[in-house]
Amino acid sequence: MSAVWVVVFVVGVATAAFKATGPLLLGGRELPEPLASVVALLAPVLLTALVLTQAVGGDNELVLDARLAGVGAGAAAVAARAPLPLVVVLAAATTAVVRLIT
Amino acid sequence: MPSVASASAPRYRDGVRVAVPVAATVWFFGASFGLLARAAGMGVIAPLVMSATTFAGSAQIAVTSILATSGSAAAAIVAAVLLNARYAPISISVARLFRGPRLRRLAESQLIVDESWALAGRGGRFNRRILLGAGLLLYLAWLSGTAVGVLAGHALGNPKDLGLDGAFPALFLALLAPQLRAPRAAAAALAGGAIALALIQVTPAGTPIVAASAACLLGLRRGG
Repeated sequence: MSAVWVVVFVVGVATAAFKATGPLLLGGRELPEPLASVVALLAPVLLTALVLTQAVGGDNELVLDARLAGVGAGAAAVAARAPLPLVVVLAAATTAVVRLIT
Repeated sequence: MPSVASASAPRYRDGVRVAVPVAATVWFFGASFGLLARAAGMGVIAPLVMSATTFAGSAQIAVTSILATSGSAAAAIVAAVLLNARYAPISISVARLFRGPRLRRLAESQLIVDESWALAGRGGRFNRRILLGAGLLLYLAWLSGTAVGVLAGHALGNPKDLGLDGAFPALFLALLAPQLRAPRAAAAALAGGAIALALIQVTPAGTPIVAASAACLLGLRRGG
């Protein structure tokens, strides 16, 4: 088996296991307190971490580039209660334009 | 929020519909993965198998960049596993939506991806049909994008020129905003954000997200 296929296989199995962790171990059950209160906070916390790592994350460093302008435009659209598709398009367009002119 | 079933309860097709604009972005990302994978010497079949089984954009693109710069298979595996470890806490957050036999739960859980998960939670409470409907459309977009990318990616141009890397964080921000109204959620988000920002500079990508989930322990505080 070549190195490429080893990577495809191992990463595929590991990712499937991560994605199945909750559904297989806890599936369908309502969690007891206080665990439920902890799990309820996973969504806002993980979303915040996703926003930050994708907006300014680099290879072991903070990278401030055109993405930040795109997220800024998206944030303004969110504040103005724009629909989701508009937020996504505005952010992409702003990122593209700022990258073009800088 | 009441969760009574009503005529307006979301259906699977509502999940598909809400994911359409996101699917277009994901399709282009799939195409860029296909192009990068081909350029990294992964051939045609391996990238397609990877998109079908791993279905996680950032980890797959990290693998191509490591293989392309003659990094070892071990380095590529470690990077991808660190990046995808976030799916353990993410899948725990929606665990109660999965019922039935183990094999079915295992299969359905593979449709969990950042975007389907985030869309499913935008009502403040996770919805199974939005998660699976959106996940299915995004899966098809990712796979078909990969196919076009490996076969004809050079004709599509650079995804960075389209600003797609700025669109994803804005999408997650839009889905995060309504969840911050509860003071306790806002406090946990702030703490998690601080952890992520501090770690972005000192740890490999992926680790900051997993570490940030420790901020959920604020849920153990009484009151609030």
